[in-house]
Amino acid sequence: MTTPEAPMVAMRGIVQRFGATVALAGVDFEAHAGEVHAIVGENGSGKSTLMRVLAGTMRPDEGSMELEGRPFAPHSPAEARVAGVAMIHQELTIVAHESVLGNVLLGIEPTRFGWLRRSQMEALARPTLSALGLGDVPLDMPAGRLPIAAQQLVEIARALVTKSKVVILDEPTSSLTEVDVKRLFEVMRELKARGHALIYISHFLNEVRAIADTMTVLRDGTKVGERPVAGVTDDEIVSMMVGREIGDLYPRRPHTPGEAILRIDGLAGTKSPVEATLEVCRGEVVGIAGLNGSGRSELLRTIFGLDQVRRGQIRVGSFSGAATPHRRWAEGVGMLSEDRKAEGLAVGLSIAENTCLASLRSPFVSPARQLAAGQVGIDRLSIRARGPGQRVSELSGGNQQKVALARMLHHGVDLMLLDEPTRGIDVGSKEQIYRLIDEAALSGQAVLVVSSYLPELLGVCDRIAVMHRGRLGPARPVAGLTQESVMREAVGA
Amino acid sequence: MKSSFNLIGLVIALVVVFTTFGVLIPGGSFFHLDNLELMLRQSSIIGLSALGMTFVIIGGGIDLSVGSITAFSSVVVAWMLLRDYSPWVAFVGAILTGTVSGILNGLLVTRLKVGPFIVTLGTMLIVRAVGKGLANNTSITPKHETWLGKLIDPLKEPDRWHVLPWGVWWLIFLAVAMGLVLRYTRFGRHVVAIGSNEAAARLCGVPIDRVKLAMYALNGAFCGLAGILLFAKLGQADPTSASGMELEVIAAVVIGGASLSGGEGTILGTLIGAMIMQTIKSGGAQKGWSDWVQEIVTGVIIVLAVALDRWRVRRAAEKG
Repeated sequence: MTTPEAPMVAMRGIVQRFGATVALAGVDFEAHAGEVHAIVGENGSGKSTLMRVLAGTMRPDEGSMELEGRPFAPHSPAEARVAGVAMIHQELTIVAHESVLGNVLLGIEPTRFGWLRRSQMEALARPTLSALGLGDVPLDMPAGRLPIAAQQLVEIARALVTKSKVVILDEPTSSLTEVDVKRLFEVMRELKARGHALIYISHFLNEVRAIADTMTVLRDGTKVGERPVAGVTDDEIVSMMVGREIGDLYPRRPHTPGEAILRIDGLAGTKSPVEATLEVCRGEVVGIAGLNGSGRSELLRTIFGLDQVRRGQIRVGSFSGAATPHRRWAEGVGMLSEDRKAEGLAVGLSIAENTCLASLRSPFVSPARQLAAGQVGIDRLSIRARGPGQRVSELSGGNQQKVALARMLHHGVDLMLLDEPTRGIDVGSKEQIYRLIDEAALSGQAVLVVSSYLPELLGVCDRIAVMHRGRLGPARPVAGLTQESVMREAVGA
Repeated sequence: MKSSFNLIGLVIALVVVFTTFGVLIPGGSFFHLDNLELMLRQSSIIGLSALGMTFVIIGGGIDLSVGSITAFSSVVVAWMLLRDYSPWVAFVGAILTGTVSGILNGLLVTRLKVGPFIVTLGTMLIVRAVGKGLANNTSITPKHETWLGKLIDPLKEPDRWHVLPWGVWWLIFLAVAMGLVLRYTRFGRHVVAIGSNEAAARLCGVPIDRVKLAMYALNGAFCGLAGILLFAKLGQADPTSASGMELEVIAAVVIGGASLSGGEGTILGTLIGAMIMQTIKSGGAQKGWSDWVQEIVTGVIIVLAVALDRWRVRRAAEKG
């Protein structure tokens, strides 16, 4: 049996290669019962790879693992799950068409001669779901119809129903609202109190501080250090992550607003926004804050012609009226979608093709010129890639995002609509994107940016407007705002 | 519930199509019980094959080879009867033929990691060619009549007690059984899970390859049964028959509310989809429409049915 000192799970000398790239170069890792252990590091540092090895999704090239002192070498996620290690993935792995009950017990359904044993299924799932606050959810409801936060709890239930001792959460908060994050943290604390070992991968240092006891920092596939969370400063963590001192994350230089380039007046869409009035000028950065689901993305989509306008007016420069994305691009407006993979990029195509996708004006394309344009983007945004011909799907999240931005730069837009431009990307890429936004404003472009991360909005914007239940508040100069004041407005207090 | 709403819409569509023809055809003969029985008999081949196809489509796959497998199985029946094998042996032989063809599809999909569209496009040609080879490129007519030839004939006096021909009973019994399997067995739920989110199913330890193999094998077995009924319908076996049948089968499943991207679909919906198609065929024939008119109407119905469904889903999503 385990003593409090012995680790619940131990990984020793884990090496994982993908072809010529070394994703993990001999990493040691331990997690103990009754602790939340955070793993932090830039994208591509090997956090997720390390945890996929632990969860049985990947088999390491070298190294060994122990679970409760016994050798542990799972061949599949199912095997790891049965042995007591479950992973909650960043992308939800809910089967949308299957019932809540079926989802919780997927892969381990109790059966007799192949027929499901309903009563036993309920007996297994009910206590777990109740413990997670999902006692009221109808078991037969298709899981896809639950809100995202509840879907995530269903995944956690899936881990707990097999009595998993080790629960790995890979960036679980990236699609949650603040309220749901609090709920999740309560659940995590309770699991911790019950003696589970929780491993928590996150980009958000404030969340790591709020929930984790210990943290391990990874960089380029090696372990940089392990610290108790209580004793380290943010600066220390960040410099461990990036391996260099980074200056002020937000390179703010004075912007001088020019003529108005976007004017929206009493704008309403089919569901959201309900009412939005705003003016954005050349040379300024305007932020939209608000909770998830308050209609921020829909506002950008309506402006860009992706969602229908029901009422109100949109004027872009001297153009007015509703529009299609095609016309918006022609008017000099570019949009960065919050869903990079599904909407923002054609991930199967190359960097060069993605860069030029919005600017194919002539009926013939020149691959050579596309490659040249791709290379310009790579240089200007320091995209880490083999070359402009590389497929976007092979890049890390941060570099993919930079390709999406390179498309706007290549097109030469006057107004950038950015929806969560730094979601799920590493600190280094974030810093570059902030600098890019700043440069755009200095060169007379206008930027309208939606973000859930308040320090970022306060850091890059000149003015911020808060959205609450589809209504957009007035845009106020950032000098008079604090995180607290913005949040109060966002929750409608 | 969304799925029950789906079914209500389908039933309404069936009733509308049926009464339209009933009114158009003079003398009310379309409403006559004999006509209903005729339509059931005629739809049993497509219906049986569509039961297997429902599993395949819900599981995120597709099978273009069902017409070929059905024709091949019917050739096997006739070939065995011609050589004086007992009808029971021919019966088992046809089902095995279908199952083995289905297993071939399943193995190619899971082992070669080639998409099912391409795999079954290939086996569609291969299986039909094997059938042609076995039949020496002509049709085969057995010398003696057996019960296998009467499976979907109209009932004569001494057999009246079983109300419907055996072929129709097969369809009804198996539809009920498959409905239960889809809903209440681990296999059924795993098919849904794979079709809805294969990556998630894999992470949860669902044996993806085994389930897919079983799914295609099951579909093959149903084509074997359909082949027996095809033989019964024609009184002989023609290796070139049932070409284009795969499209009718897929259409029945899709009209029945299944999504070609997987995860969605019901057995009852498929049956109603098959009946809607049959009603148009029978009604058109009795109305004296030419084949080409019937085909246009069927094509329009397929597109309309799916467009309506998409529109409804979109509207439901907007309403939240």
